[in-house]
Amino acid sequence: MEHVVIIGNGISGVTAARYIRKMSDKRITIISAESKYFFSRTALMYIYMGHMSFEDTQPYEAHFWDKNNIDLVQDYVQKVNYDDKTLHLAETTPIHYDKLILAVGSKPNKFGWKGQDYHGVQGLYSKKDLDLMERNTRNAQEAIIVGGGLIGVEMAEMLLTRNINVTFLIREDRFWGGVLPLEDSLMVKRHLEKHNGLTLRLEEELEEIVADEEKRAKAVITKKGERIPCQFVGLTAGVSPNVDFLKGDQLEIERGILVNPDLSANIPDVYAIGDCAQFKQPNGQRKPIEQVWYTGRMMGETVAQTICGSPVEYKPGNWFNSAKFFDLEYQTYGWVWNELKEGEAEFIWKNDEKELLLHFIFDKESHEFKAINTFGIRMRHEVFDHWLNTNASIEEVIRNLKMANFDPEFYKHFEKEIIEAFNKQFDQNIKLAKNKWWKSLLPQ
Amino acid sequence: MTAINQSISGDTASLNTQQKIGAGIGATGLIILLLASFNVGFQPLWLWLTISLAAIAGGILWYTRATYVGHPEGIKNDGVYFRSLTSKGLYGYLAGVGLTGFYIILYFYPEYIGLVEGSSNEGIIQLFDPLSKSLNGNPASQWFVYGTLYTLAILFFGIKFIIKYRHSRYHIIRTASVMFFQLAFAFLIPEFMARLNGDGLNLPYYDLKNIWPLNYYNFDQYRVDKMINSGTIGMALLIFGIASIFIITPILTYFYGKRWYCSWVCGCGGLAETAGDSFRQLSDKSTRAWKIERWLIHSVVVFVTISTVAVVHSYLGTDTSKYWLTKSAFLWIVGGILTLIFAWVMLFKRHKFQKDALYGAVGFFVVIIAFMGIHGLSDTEHIFLVEKQTVRGGYGFLIGSIFSGVIGTGFYPILGNRVWCRFGCPMAAILGFQQKLLSRFRITTNGGQCISCGNCSTYCEMGIDVRAYAQKGQNIVRSSCVGCGVCSSVCPRGVLKLENGPSEGRVDDNPIIIGHDNQPRLQ
Repeated sequence: MEHVVIIGNGISGVTAARYIRKMSDKRITIISAESKYFFSRTALMYIYMGHMSFEDTQPYEAHFWDKNNIDLVQDYVQKVNYDDKTLHLAETTPIHYDKLILAVGSKPNKFGWKGQDYHGVQGLYSKKDLDLMERNTRNAQEAIIVGGGLIGVEMAEMLLTRNINVTFLIREDRFWGGVLPLEDSLMVKRHLEKHNGLTLRLEEELEEIVADEEKRAKAVITKKGERIPCQFVGLTAGVSPNVDFLKGDQLEIERGILVNPDLSANIPDVYAIGDCAQFKQPNGQRKPIEQVWYTGRMMGETVAQTICGSPVEYKPGNWFNSAKFFDLEYQTYGWVWNELKEGEAEFIWKNDEKELLLHFIFDKESHEFKAINTFGIRMRHEVFDHWLNTNASIEEVIRNLKMANFDPEFYKHFEKEIIEAFNKQFDQNIKLAKNKWWKSLLPQ
Repeated sequence: MTAINQSISGDTASLNTQQKIGAGIGATGLIILLLASFNVGFQPLWLWLTISLAAIAGGILWYTRATYVGHPEGIKNDGVYFRSLTSKGLYGYLAGVGLTGFYIILYFYPEYIGLVEGSSNEGIIQLFDPLSKSLNGNPASQWFVYGTLYTLAILFFGIKFIIKYRHSRYHIIRTASVMFFQLAFAFLIPEFMARLNGDGLNLPYYDLKNIWPLNYYNFDQYRVDKMINSGTIGMALLIFGIASIFIITPILTYFYGKRWYCSWVCGCGGLAETAGDSFRQLSDKSTRAWKIERWLIHSVVVFVTISTVAVVHSYLGTDTSKYWLTKSAFLWIVGGILTLIFAWVMLFKRHKFQKDALYGAVGFFVVIIAFMGIHGLSDTEHIFLVEKQTVRGGYGFLIGSIFSGVIGTGFYPILGNRVWCRFGCPMAAILGFQQKLLSRFRITTNGGQCISCGNCSTYCEMGIDVRAYAQKGQNIVRSSCVGCGVCSSVCPRGVLKLENGPSEGRVDDNPIIIGHDNQPRLQ
């Protein structure tokens, strides 16, 4: 029986295993040093904040793996021998594979800052990082976070629940400026600043970390020369593929493991998925390395089909993503860039008091709807996906917005205001469509 | 779990000063009650009763203010798993023992809180006499004491819940609803009805929102006699009681799911949603618990059906010339209704059930029909060799007292706040059956946005593994869902929405996750 070995039990590796099991009776082994059972990495913050126990973050019960005949090995892979298809592990006897899926994830970026390896300085990606953070912040009162992205915000939220003051060093002139347009970024910034104990320092970078005699961080010095005392430094300037142990002269690695459209690497029977995969040819507007929960899952779904004899290429649909900045929810469908692109027009509606913002992107000429960022109002994925697939016009989107709303029942609706604002700005006379069951918008 | 409890840093686990003051004020109110039970001799009664109840209410409000006011709106679950009370620590177990003890005394030893047969009250019950007299004209009973404290808990923990979830209009409206129904329907109206009695009116104590089989005693002889003998109002109540379960309930459940009752109206649900909110994360999400739930709750339905049928059967006559509803006519009607439901399910809805549910349904149906056959053929006073009154008494003791009270509420801090609703309530089982088969309600999953974080499952008080559905992009259509809406609130990615809509596509057994053009299509 063919033996499929998966290194890494994050969402990519586990999704691959689940689908391979559904489509075949191949022998499946998942190797992970991080934890025996799959847990949701995105939920690590909730353990630290006391919302959930570690067990709560595990989507499948222990008997699931037995029942589905998926072997779990908790160990470090030290070396891969591609010639005789053998994995050498730290404690277990070598494992032979017929097909190897590398789903080894990421590690936090460290850009060679002075003092980046002192005690009390760390990133946040793995369960191990979380345990370390628990120890590192035990007696901390002030923390510095370097890098204003999603993990940085999570870390800030976590630290505030332990009454630790946070100073955020952000290189750009605005929050998450590489991704969010100005208005959106300002909305998030305003929301963050509502939380006591959080200070944002824009256009400020880390120069070096200063430690005490025991090599424990006690302050940072910024590029502008300011010295800020702290007992904890969070490094959240992105993540990069965790591929050091795979580097050699056989497997092609650039930043990540180079893969073809079907996720195969340059060595036969070896595949890479999730955070660690780098597409030789990027898909459309997507980055060559995609470090998102959803794309990891999709790559797992894709590679499973190839391994089970019906080869397919990685073909994600319309871009979507979501996040939560403290209490501010964010969803996006289609590509909203941080600056308008050639030929794009935008319509922004916002309500500062209630912290709501909708940012629509559409084609200047044809009025084809391109994308939306939504803050504070939940939107229906299915409906927006449909509008993107059918090149709906911005007018159609605005008119039917109420049916695309996914907020809980009894929430206040703003569609009337939104339409009025749109009509005023673009000198139109659109009327709100009659409210029907949302599925009537989709092809029957 | 222990690893987490050892690793607490900062102040998340302990209460701040203001919270402690609030807890202290509330505890003072309870201590007054406790002292009263030792006949400390508080006089005047009304003053001490007011002080005690005001302290309990004020303590809850003070704590609420200290916890939520001044903080941004949003989800407030920080430190839930660090606090002893809410994570099955020492305080949790102590609270469990305390509550359980209270229920045991209330149900079985009311003399310890001052009930004196045939004489005036003492202790706690005496303390409540002034309030009872002003409402219904009579001295208090242990049930009046219980009802008052119960209502107080729903009202003030209700306020706490509303402030905690003030960003959500769904929670505000829903909680205002349970508060209203508890205060008006469970507490005030029955007391006023008692006051109206006399003058040809002899109404039983009737909480109108309490529907059979939750109030398994509703068709007991003494109650039916009272209603029949109370003229038009009495007959209206009797008809309302029957219509509640056969007409009103199915219609509302069809349109809104069982939530219209379980988390908007019901008193048990009301207490669970308000006073019990801090314990919702303790529900068991394992598939094993789900299996136990299915067997247990449906056994209770069978139990209550048999015991109610037996009780009604025992007081009906045999002479058709006196009254059309005779013993045998009654059995034929009940048997007919059950057979129709059973046949409908087996013919049209079979595929909606798992195998064990079908076996169970067949088994239960056979038991009920066999039981009725035995009764139809012989006018025995026995059910399966046990005396009818014993069966009825057994239900009242095992289910009515032990399960719904002692375990259902006493074990809030150990098993979560919906133990009774999930494992024991026959009303919830019947509503759930309707919700699963004949309802427009579902929780819609938002395409591919789920990140499997598990907040939804963790905070599901009914122990539904919501995430298991959400991460597959599947709608959640479960018998047990009470529609509290907390899964949707705690979701960080806006994935879940409770909604009512056409049945087409309500249950999607082979869901597709939106956003991936090459998602595997499985059979």
